[in-house]
Amino acid sequence: MLPVVTTSFTPLASLLGGVLIGISTVMLMGLLGRIAGISGITLGALGSASDWGWRLAFLAGIIGAPLAVELVGGTVESTVSTNLVGMAVAGLLVGFGTGLGSGCTSGHGVCGLARLSPRSAAAVGVFMVTAVATVIVLRHAEIF
Amino acid sequence: MRLLTGFLSGLVFGVGLVISGMSNPAKVLNFLDILGPWDPSLAFVMGGASVTAFIGYRLAWRRPQPVFNPSFAVPTNRRIDAPLLLGAAIFGIGWGIGGFCPGPALTAIPLLAPGTLVFVPAMLIGLFLGTRSREAAARHATA
Repeated sequence: MLPVVTTSFTPLASLLGGVLIGISTVMLMGLLGRIAGISGITLGALGSASDWGWRLAFLAGIIGAPLAVELVGGTVESTVSTNLVGMAVAGLLVGFGTGLGSGCTSGHGVCGLARLSPRSAAAVGVFMVTAVATVIVLRHAEIF
Repeated sequence: MRLLTGFLSGLVFGVGLVISGMSNPAKVLNFLDILGPWDPSLAFVMGGASVTAFIGYRLAWRRPQPVFNPSFAVPTNRRIDAPLLLGAAIFGIGWGIGGFCPGPALTAIPLLAPGTLVFVPAMLIGLFLGTRSREAAARHATA
């Protein structure tokens, strides 16, 4: 678990970033007719999906993004825990959960809510609750 | 054109993750920590993305088909079942431990933080296993 690092409230940058994520989501639907779910795109790119080409290209774009931001003079902040065992466990749980639950923050969160899907709304409600509960237990366990 | 569309969509998505702060686990954990140094920024990410997608989807669906493909592929399953809820619960726990969900973890790869480089391969292994479990559960349910 990452020690508490204070971060500043950035409503405008976060709103702008969110709108960009939304625009990307609409590009995929309008041009390719596909859902912008990152776990699903990743699985299809590395697995046996017949249309793996655009998926792999999407992954190249998402991985290249910080380099593009730095290229135009922006800074990229990412403070990651150095507890490698914890990060391995976290990665396994995130991968397993999104595989079993058919989606993550993007597929269920952004695309699913935009489609008004009851399945996605249920998934978002559940993962928000367990994520908040996990952070509270790990950071504030002494209150229990 | 499909490859170019895929690449540009991924790039815009990733730049959105970077600008919004979503690719910074410290910010994600502070968003989830409603009893600590709460940083509500990420509510603006989710709000901005969902509202943009909600409006844009309806514009996109006015066309009979997408520009570069013969048809729209939208999930039709509306059943809220055990794999969905269990999977979402497990995902949330992992998100709360590491502060990464799949997109931001991929975007953070070139920054080469050791935690990210451990997280991503573990996530891919988990994704394969979780998908297999879902398929096995579906076979069991229909058998």
